[in-house]
Amino acid sequence: MTVGIVVFPGSNCDRDVAWALEGCLDIPVRFLWHEERDLSGLEAVVLPGGFSYGDYLRCGAIARFAPVLEEVRTFAERGGPVLGICNGFQVLTEMGLLPGALTRNRDLHFLCQSSELEVRPGACRWLAAYGAGERISLPIAHGEGRYQVEPEELQRLEDQGSVVLRYVANPNGSRGDVAGLTDPTGRVLGLMPHPERACDPITGGLDGRRLLASLLG
Amino acid sequence: MVPASTPSFSVPEALRKEGLSQGDYDEIVRRLGRPPNRAELGMFGVMWSEHCCYRNSRPLLGQFPTSGPRILVGPGENAGVVDLGEGQRLAFKIESHNHPSAVEPFQGAATGVGGILRDIFTMGARPIGLLNALRFGPLEDERNVGLMEGVVAGIAHYGNCVGVPTVGGEVAFDPSYGGNPLVNAMALGLMETDDIVCSGAVGVGNPVVYVGSTTGRDGMGGASFASAELTEASLDDRPAVQVGDPFLEKGLIEACLEAFQSGDVVAAQDMGAAGLTCSCSEMAAKGGLGIELDLDRVPARESGMTAYEFLLSESQERMLFVVAAGREEPLMERFRRWGLQAAVVGRVLQENVVRVLQHGEVAAEVPASALADDTPINHHELLAEPPADLQAHWTWSEAELPPASNAGGLEMAAGPLGWGDALLRLLDDPTIASKRWVYRQYDHQVQANTVVLPGGADAAVIRLRPQQGEGAMAAATRGVAATVDCPNRWVALDPERGAMAAVAEAARNLSCTGAEPLAVTDNLNFPSPDTATGYWQLAMACRGLSAACSALAAPVTGGNVSLYNETRLPDGRMQPIHPTPVVGMVGLVHDLTHVTGLAWLQAGDAIWLLGVPLEENGDDRLGLGASSYLEVVHGRLTGRPPQVDLALEGRVQGFLRQAIAAGLVRSAHDLSDGGLAVALAEACIASGLGARLELPAGASRPDRLLFAEGGARLLVSVAPAQEAAWQAALAEAGASVPAQLLGTVTAESRLVVARGGQPLLELAVEQLRDTYEQAIPSRLRKAGPPPDR
Repeated sequence: MTVGIVVFPGSNCDRDVAWALEGCLDIPVRFLWHEERDLSGLEAVVLPGGFSYGDYLRCGAIARFAPVLEEVRTFAERGGPVLGICNGFQVLTEMGLLPGALTRNRDLHFLCQSSELEVRPGACRWLAAYGAGERISLPIAHGEGRYQVEPEELQRLEDQGSVVLRYVANPNGSRGDVAGLTDPTGRVLGLMPHPERACDPITGGLDGRRLLASLLG
Repeated sequence: MVPASTPSFSVPEALRKEGLSQGDYDEIVRRLGRPPNRAELGMFGVMWSEHCCYRNSRPLLGQFPTSGPRILVGPGENAGVVDLGEGQRLAFKIESHNHPSAVEPFQGAATGVGGILRDIFTMGARPIGLLNALRFGPLEDERNVGLMEGVVAGIAHYGNCVGVPTVGGEVAFDPSYGGNPLVNAMALGLMETDDIVCSGAVGVGNPVVYVGSTTGRDGMGGASFASAELTEASLDDRPAVQVGDPFLEKGLIEACLEAFQSGDVVAAQDMGAAGLTCSCSEMAAKGGLGIELDLDRVPARESGMTAYEFLLSESQERMLFVVAAGREEPLMERFRRWGLQAAVVGRVLQENVVRVLQHGEVAAEVPASALADDTPINHHELLAEPPADLQAHWTWSEAELPPASNAGGLEMAAGPLGWGDALLRLLDDPTIASKRWVYRQYDHQVQANTVVLPGGADAAVIRLRPQQGEGAMAAATRGVAATVDCPNRWVALDPERGAMAAVAEAARNLSCTGAEPLAVTDNLNFPSPDTATGYWQLAMACRGLSAACSALAAPVTGGNVSLYNETRLPDGRMQPIHPTPVVGMVGLVHDLTHVTGLAWLQAGDAIWLLGVPLEENGDDRLGLGASSYLEVVHGRLTGRPPQVDLALEGRVQGFLRQAIAAGLVRSAHDLSDGGLAVALAEACIASGLGARLELPAGASRPDRLLFAEGGARLLVSVAPAQEAAWQAALAEAGASVPAQLLGTVTAESRLVVARGGQPLLELAVEQLRDTYEQAIPSRLRKAGPPPDR
């Protein structure tokens, strides 16, 4: 099995995801340049963190027109697992694969720190290895991670179990403390925290391993 | 064809604008054999500025030790390079962006980061870490708050987007930086090419290729601007500040490293200060060849730019290459793939000139050596003895302090002050307090190699795992440690001792993590050298740096000089900054499993002090002169900093590193601002554990025990299981490494210090932490409107 990692010119966590998957978990990876269209042979696709095309307009607003993302959409529609981390989550909302939007943090600052999260895995296959209500710690590093959605829509998301990761102490003003969201199929997951930064004992905790390793199971 | 020989412009006015003297002009005419035209004069203006040619500091920089067994590239190239062994090489450098940040803090700081990164990857190294040293005026003034918020946001904007972790740094506050903040950025990079890419032009006829961003009118004359003092009118110089694009730089890093690996690039120079002028003349002068540059082929951002504007523009994210003939097309294609500009803009000439063409005519033609070699030196008289005001400060003694007792604290005019309250005041000093508000805005983990998070140890530690190619997917066991340090209060009160202390502290910080210090990059931030005191400060600091770098075997591989850091106050007086020679130091961590942090780890561990022992009354290696305590608690910036015992530093640090490598030590933390008490508090705050100490009874004042600075000192905690091995190591070292058992780490979360059975202070760690963590945020809340919720 091989996992594809999308690379925009401004992606900067693409190699970190590769290190976590291949270096720490022995899962082979293939980089997908933003102009590529060949997703053959991939078991899953990760949209990594970074600044896609600079994100001067709105995070992910330009990225969604990338050729590779047309294929990623098709891949997702056919039931392929897709994981969007940080900027990748922003891109998934711009693509409409996940509802809502991510805006500037409440205090307007970029925040790099660890965050405690409550997991409600529901049907999300990426989180199948975590217990319901389990608390884990993952790093966050974003300037625009404040999840925004209409109250009725948020209620609908809550009701259908889409809010799978929630901040215990909301750092950025996200509606409903949303840190991660899955689609109704449970195959698409977008989250602001960085699981790939919690897979290696030398550099941090290990709470991200089960998320990325879920592809093995 | 040489350009017109009669000046068609007002020479005095042009000289003023370029920051050149009549003497410089006469020398230019002599070197050219004719008067320069306006564009040529502009080229000399930037190349002969302090920023580019060190015209004031060069005679002093010559004394620095610059070679050693691990030094591969010393001063003179874009960055220094050290050999880490096992085939790995580290490029590193520090650079200031003080003047631009004073005028436009966000972009000034952002482009400072961009510039230092280019210095690193121009050598063929991938940037793996950033640090910064910042200085601001007090946060009680709203303007300083605005400057700090802008600078920190600018660094965050650039570093976070470009994908290089900002792993460490220091921030200090003093009124002297009010109008003139300091922004020094340091970058580290791991070489990805077999050959270090140098800047000297090679191969007559080879094409000169321009890559990166377009050239516009931004940043005109930035180097000259950086070499003059700041005034109210400097705000009108905002066009001299460039605008950065970290997204573009990200692509530039990737494309450049690909290009260097292809072997098609034979020389490279980034365009920083003085833009095209500097890069062309440096490449020509270093290669002993010439460069012809056709401005009509330079990708321009706007139309109608004059030759002067092209040559002096400091538009960001640009590089100049000399490329192997015939390889330019595939090379340029790599850059276009990353959405970057790439164009052949000239060629290498046999004749040693920089020739600039525009609209088919020669717009400027200057011998490269005339611009870049034997640049003028401003000679200054060195004062025979220290300035009178400093000598007056040096007469201060502890006898001037109010009476004090162990149990009763200080008898201040306003009433008694307990030692616990004195410690809290120090922890509330923004210079000492937690910098979390700052570093949480920086992505310090991207690249997945950050071993120590900010605040976790005395220096940053990054794992040496390549991002690309061989070794990227293999577990790496070694690391690099880095720190930036400058005790500017000490330097202000004794530049030589202060500069020595900067080096000693940097080496001590590295040693506390277990790293072996390797080399130094220095950033000399000073006021005008044109005053007798200003030049004396610079000269004495250079002397101190040299002595300490030699003694601690950490050669200087380059750096940056920033002079004229002073503000003309509305009343006409000059406000000079504290002289601030920032020392950036890198070290090698041989085994990452032994990296040591500053937090206590386990209750029951013994707390030891290494270095000059307590109760050495009268020892001038330790004292309250020039201390944080004297300034923060007594409001007095005075006294003489202690003697720096470099031999003792070397022995203590060497002993510590061996003990860490042998697994004897659980935590290590150096004593710096605020002395023993602050170091203890920080180890408690970082761990949540407490400490109980019994200090020896004796004749010295309690504040000397608690808050004295100096003495090559550091705190370690040792597990009971290692006690015997630790004692044996100490016994073997004997008197060469003084060590003193002070107390024990406790599970109870309180810091309790007694002396001869009498309590000195007792505080809950929670209270220490609150004070320490809230010092900066609470001042920001007071100074500005609450953030938008």
